[in-house]
Amino acid sequence: MKFGVLVFPGSNCDHDAYHVIAAAAKQPVTFLWHASHDLENCDAIIVPGGFAYGDYLRTGAIAKFAPIMQEVSRFAAGGGLVLGICNGFQILCEAGLLPGALMRNAGLKYICKPVKLRVESTDTPFTSACTEGEVLEIPIGHMEGNYFCDADTLAELNRENLRGDGWGARAQIAYGPCGRASGNPCAEPERRVCALRAGDGICQQGRFGHGSQ
Amino acid sequence: MKAHVYVTLKTTVLDPQGKTIQGALKKMNYKGVEDVRQGKYFLLTLEPNLEKDKVKAEVERIAREVLTNPVIEEFAYKLED
Repeated sequence: MKFGVLVFPGSNCDHDAYHVIAAAAKQPVTFLWHASHDLENCDAIIVPGGFAYGDYLRTGAIAKFAPIMQEVSRFAAGGGLVLGICNGFQILCEAGLLPGALMRNAGLKYICKPVKLRVESTDTPFTSACTEGEVLEIPIGHMEGNYFCDADTLAELNRENLRGDGWGARAQIAYGPCGRASGNPCAEPERRVCALRAGDGICQQGRFGHGSQ
Repeated sequence: MKAHVYVTLKTTVLDPQGKTIQGALKKMNYKGVEDVRQGKYFLLTLEPNLEKDKVKAEVERIAREVLTNPVIEEFAYKLED
């Protein structure tokens, strides 16, 4: 399985992601430059963490217009696997590939610590090796990890999770926070979503944990 | 012509920065402030001799497509000759 790691000016976890795929997963991997229109026949795309284009306006606001993102959107629409980590999650939300948006942490502080996440659904390619309810400890490191979506979207996400019909689901929650001590950056407990996946033929996941670290 | 564009969080979205500022004002003994919402302000200076209708349409497009994230934010603007 060939992986492509996107590189924007300001990406800074691209080499982490590359290293994990090459050294730990032992799979072929290549960097994909933001100005390119070529996904180089990759089977899975990783949108890494960092500060794409400096994130001066809003996180991911400019990155969504990058030439490579047009290709990623097409790839996702055709059922391609896309994983957004940290800034990558923000970019996927800005690009409309995942519902909702990431706002500044409720406590207004940068949070860098390991957090416990509970696996909410295992019928996604990203969590199929986990068991439902399994608790994973994954490091986070971000200023804008406060997930927000409107009440209708949230209800829909929860409904899809309850229904658990996997690939047909439009979008669902893959991981949720576990316990009060998890240091979740969200202001409203019911919106403490850590990772999402979207379906409808599309399959992409955004998540906050820097699994690569 | 100039366009003043104000981007704010929707009223349905919590604004922790605004809340923090409100708390600070209260602590510093400023009176009468019920709520604070923080936002962004953009001043666009436009090329001269453009038609006002076209400017309006373009400013709205910029505000909608780039300056705001419609999931959490909304905008208002005014044009000045």
